[in-house]
Amino acid sequence: MPTLWGYSISAARSIDYDKNDQSFLRRLAHSCPSSKLCIGCGGCTAACSAGNLTEFNIRQLQMLVKRGETRETAEQLHKCMLCGKCLLVCPRGVDTRKMILSMKRFLREHDQ
Amino acid sequence: MNIVIIGGGPAGSEAAYRLAGEGYTVDLVEKENSIGGNLNNWHQLFPDRKSAAGLVKELQQRLNHPGITLHIDAEAREIAESAPGKFAVKLSNKTVLHGSAVLLATGYKVFDAKRKEEYGYGIYKRVITSAELENLFTNRALATLYGEAPKRIGFIHCVGSRDEKICNYHCSKLCCVTAVKQAIEVREMLPEVEIFCFYMDMRMFGPGYEEMYREAQERYDIKFIRGRLSEAAENIHGQVVVKVEDTLVGKPLRMTLDLMVLMVGMEAADGSGKLAGSVQVPLYPNGFIRPADPHTGTNLTARPGIFTAGSCTSPMNLTDTLTDARSAAWQIKKWLTGSDKHA
Ligand code: SF4
Ligand code: SF4
Ligand code: SF4
Repeated sequence: MPTLWGYSISAARSIDYDKNDQSFLRRLAHSCPSSKLCIGCGGCTAACSAGNLTEFNIRQLQMLVKRGETRETAEQLHKCMLCGKCLLVCPRGVDTRKMILSMKRFLREHDQ
Repeated sequence: MNIVIIGGGPAGSEAAYRLAGEGYTVDLVEKENSIGGNLNNWHQLFPDRKSAAGLVKELQQRLNHPGITLHIDAEAREIAESAPGKFAVKLSNKTVLHGSAVLLATGYKVFDAKRKEEYGYGIYKRVITSAELENLFTNRALATLYGEAPKRIGFIHCVGSRDEKICNYHCSKLCCVTAVKQAIEVREMLPEVEIFCFYMDMRMFGPGYEEMYREAQERYDIKFIRGRLSEAAENIHGQVVVKVEDTLVGKPLRMTLDLMVLMVGMEAADGSGKLAGSVQVPLYPNGFIRPADPHTGTNLTARPGIFTAGSCTSPMNLTDTLTDARSAAWQIKKWLTGSDKHA
């Protein structure tokens, strides 16, 4: 029975966690367990060499992957220079380098 | 029966007063030359803006009790169980105190901001700690600190807390509300200044805290940006330029500050570990003392006869510290009257 408030959501605008393909996020959690420790503080994005030059937000991209949204990450990830500055700044000890490499590997395999 | 209390901060002082009131004699050991501990470095307390010096005075007055002997400028070095249920506490001045129970009230120490090198403390002129800001409040020196009054001030949360890089996983619990309190105090002194708090999460856990946060936005026009500082630099004018991601917007943000205040966290006091170690009382990985049980065994330790009070077990606000001290006094009385010889 619906509440008085009701429930409506626009499919085009939202993350549909029920329908999204979760193989990527499961793989990521498995190949880089420390990626689960992220608290979204943005330290990595603030420090990021690529993000300072172009539209590239590593915090957001990995968050999207964790919600099963891979499209944006697939389009953007090539901008990362693997400089490792994000690794130096992360207060949670997320192995961001490993995380990025795992994402790259997954996308590459996915493409084939 | 005599009880030795180590640490003359709020916890030790409150417990001494309560135990003396129950008819026990107390030796209260303080390493500095006066009681009050870290409270001596504070100007006003949240949430009611009580004067910290006033509270220290109150605690001090209550120590004027015939049952309490105060040992100042004396550091407890070691505890030994000289006979079953009898403890000897060695002090730095060679005195040995004897008690049927020992209360550890060794408190905490403030994080050394120099360890977070990328924030520039001790390198850039206009970077200070929250503890130093309290001092500026007390001396009313904020407006003239750098010649002219600062126009923009930033408070940086979680400095030395929640940070794997400096091996402190824990949240210091009090710095969020302290930042809000200090931001309000700054606004009162400098009506024109722009004030920002850079936070990861706002942890307003105590009564009246969340309301104070709301008031900070509504009445005091303090702005909050969710993002962790990645680095800071000094420009040619001596101002501090900070870089964060404004995570709610999703873009890197750069801002020039006339003053940057680091909300330094709480770490276990240096003395705690040594003293606890001398009687095989276990510590948490972060160095705070581990209670016998986190629910039913607070104030008790793994070692019968050794008790704790206040922030030597975890970051604690003053309300909780004083409550914890009263609870410790009760636990000690229970133990000494034999109704609770926990083994
Ligand atoms: S490794 Fe990539 S994501 Fe990390 S800081 Fe460098 S460019 Fe940015
Ligand atoms: S710095 Fe670490 S915790 Fe912060 S957003 Fe980046 S990965 Fe997450
Ligand atoms: S209380 Fe706030 S500022 Fe302090 S460590 Fe916890 S989250 Fe950070």
